[in-house]
Amino acid sequence: MSIALEVKDLHVSVEDQQILKGVNITINQGEVHALMGPNGSGKSTLAYTLAGHPFYEPTAGEVIFGGEDLLDLDADERSRAGMFLAFQYPVAIPGVTVANFLRQSINARRKAEDADDKGITIPDFRRLLKAKMAEFNVDQKFAGRYLNDGFSGGEKKRAEILQMAVLEPKMAIMDETDSGLDIDALKIVSDGANRLKESLNLGMLVITHYQRLLNYIKPDYVHVMLDGRIVESGGPELALELEAKGYDWVREKHSQAEAA
Amino acid sequence: MFTKEAVEKLSAHLGEPDWMLQKRLEAFALWEGMNLPTTSEEAWRRTSLRRFKLDKITPSLNGGGSQEMPSRVSSQLTETPAGGEIVQVDGDTLSYSISDELKEQGVIYCDMSTAVNEHPELVQKYFMTDAVTADEGFFAALHGAFWRGGSFLYVPKNVQMAAPVHTSTWNASGATFSHTLVVIEQGAEAVFSDEFGSETGKGQFMHNGAVELIVGDNASLTYVSIQEFGDNMFQFTHERGRVGRDGKLDWIMSIMGTGLMKAFQTMELDQPGGWGRMSGLFFGDKRQHFDLDTQQNHNAPNTVSDLLYKGAMKHQARSVWQGMIKAKKEAQKTDGFQANRNLLLESSARADSIPGLEIEADDVACTHASTVGKVDEEELFYLMSRGIPRELALRIIVQGFFDPIMQRIPFEGVQQRIAEQVIEKVGSLVE
Ligand SMILES: Nc1ncnc2c1ncn2[C@@H]1O[C@H](COP(=O)(O)OP(=O)(O)O)[C@@H](O)[C@H]1O
Ligand SMILES: [Mg+2]
Repeated sequence: MSIALEVKDLHVSVEDQQILKGVNITINQGEVHALMGPNGSGKSTLAYTLAGHPFYEPTAGEVIFGGEDLLDLDADERSRAGMFLAFQYPVAIPGVTVANFLRQSINARRKAEDADDKGITIPDFRRLLKAKMAEFNVDQKFAGRYLNDGFSGGEKKRAEILQMAVLEPKMAIMDETDSGLDIDALKIVSDGANRLKESLNLGMLVITHYQRLLNYIKPDYVHVMLDGRIVESGGPELALELEAKGYDWVREKHSQAEAA
Repeated sequence: MFTKEAVEKLSAHLGEPDWMLQKRLEAFALWEGMNLPTTSEEAWRRTSLRRFKLDKITPSLNGGGSQEMPSRVSSQLTETPAGGEIVQVDGDTLSYSISDELKEQGVIYCDMSTAVNEHPELVQKYFMTDAVTADEGFFAALHGAFWRGGSFLYVPKNVQMAAPVHTSTWNASGATFSHTLVVIEQGAEAVFSDEFGSETGKGQFMHNGAVELIVGDNASLTYVSIQEFGDNMFQFTHERGRVGRDGKLDWIMSIMGTGLMKAFQTMELDQPGGWGRMSGLFFGDKRQHFDLDTQQNHNAPNTVSDLLYKGAMKHQARSVWQGMIKAKKEAQKTDGFQANRNLLLESSARADSIPGLEIEADDVACTHASTVGKVDEEELFYLMSRGIPRELALRIIVQGFFDPIMQRIPFEGVQQRIAEQVIEKVGSLVE
């Protein structure tokens, strides 16, 4: 089983404030890791840092992805290397249609591989997009809408899955993909993610603080983040325990450990 | 020099009838009593003409520009072949065509000087009488005295023009004074694209133009202007549309060129049921300075005006948009909207956005919105996180910003041309 992503002792600051304080996690291709933890513990910070958001500054540690040090790459290079972040709050890009955006994303990949590439032809692209939209339950009308502009919560999350399907990453980070979704939308989105995991042999990091999502996307491992560190790791049963008992016991256990 | 003798010489050179000479001389007399605007006048407060040397500019007496023009100037911009085309250099017509179909419809489309000689009754009725008048200001008066070239479109009652017409005006020698006059009679429909350009040359160039758009009752006009002058151009233009009862004027403009431009653009909704839309797209770089003064005048009840101007600025470029919606006392049940959105690509660029309302009627819906903002880093990151390099992401965002205006341009060829200009302007911003 090959390693998709290896995070070693990662420290990250935001505006000189230390948020991640030594994160370690290894994700293999085809594995689903859930990352749980209370609000503000640093889960999104880890997600953004891995995706290369310039606001988050790694101050120590390393991240190996596809044999390279990921932290040396810009966000666009990371994406082209196979990293995908499904945003908790996808950003609206007014005036840019979903179709135009996806075509540019595909072409950026092709161009990076071959500077002379002329890009995907319009008919090929149309065919591809149509097939992916059908497969992932996205209305064909989406193609002509401005990206995430005026999308409902569910539409945004479905659009993220559609993008993942088109870009075919090796590693996907899903940041609170379940937030703001009703049960039907949650099923559709989870179903899409599961299918992509199978077909692409994806490594996945699923960030959530609800067990609910993990009923649909079944994790192989569950980690708990607290105050910028992963403090507990276990199997799926850990998520059930958190659901039943909340985070207080984790907090207690580790504040005691810190105090000791 | 701009003298009375020069006015007489120009009029004689063009073989004009006496009434036009007299009209020019009236404008000249007005102009003689005016001074070059200074920043102490409200309309010019944000645009200084300190660097502009009018005494280095001469009237366009003989035309006689070189015949060298980029091929794109006269290139086909519309998908359906244009029903008529005029290409002018320095006011002289270089090529002219009008389809038999338009002729059979009774459409008149010709250069402005030809119209003066061949259609005096129409020109006397509409030329600088009701839309743009010489007393509006220094440059309106100067234009009235020294106008040269431009085109005239007349669409008779109830005629739906079979194809659009397209005029290209090229400035080669340094001074152009083109005049566009469009008259759409009751129930008629037309689409007109008007293009202005020059190469960046040595010294100061001037374009002192006027645009008059007269839309009759139940008539409809789509007027698209595309400006791509060189950076040494000073452009001063007075433009006014008048809309009759239940008439429609869809006015779209793209502004890319000039070193300094000052435009007065006014929409007059004169009769009940009139509808007017003004859509502007501008992109300044280097030290370009655009000053757009717009007015939406509701002079009758049940009229609708809708203005959207979107500008991007980079380097040291600066834009000023000053917009006013006026509703007269009798203009009840009118809707007036205006929005000016500005995108600054660099913090050295500047955009001033000054909306205004003067409402005398009490039953109206008028709103205005103006924003000046930078490119959103979160938008850039989102696009980059999908593999799109930063410069391309920036271009996509800027193109998206302009998209709502682009969608209003009825020709794919014009859209493409403008898109290329946008790409070129964004292009040099590689950090
Ligand atoms: N963009 C930001 N600006 C300022 N503080 C931030 C920013 N992003 C995260 N933080 C801070 O980092 C900590 C971790 O936040 P976050 O990673 O969003 O947690 P989680 O996703 O686990 O809820 C919080 O204290 C938060 O206030
Ligand atoms: Mg979060």
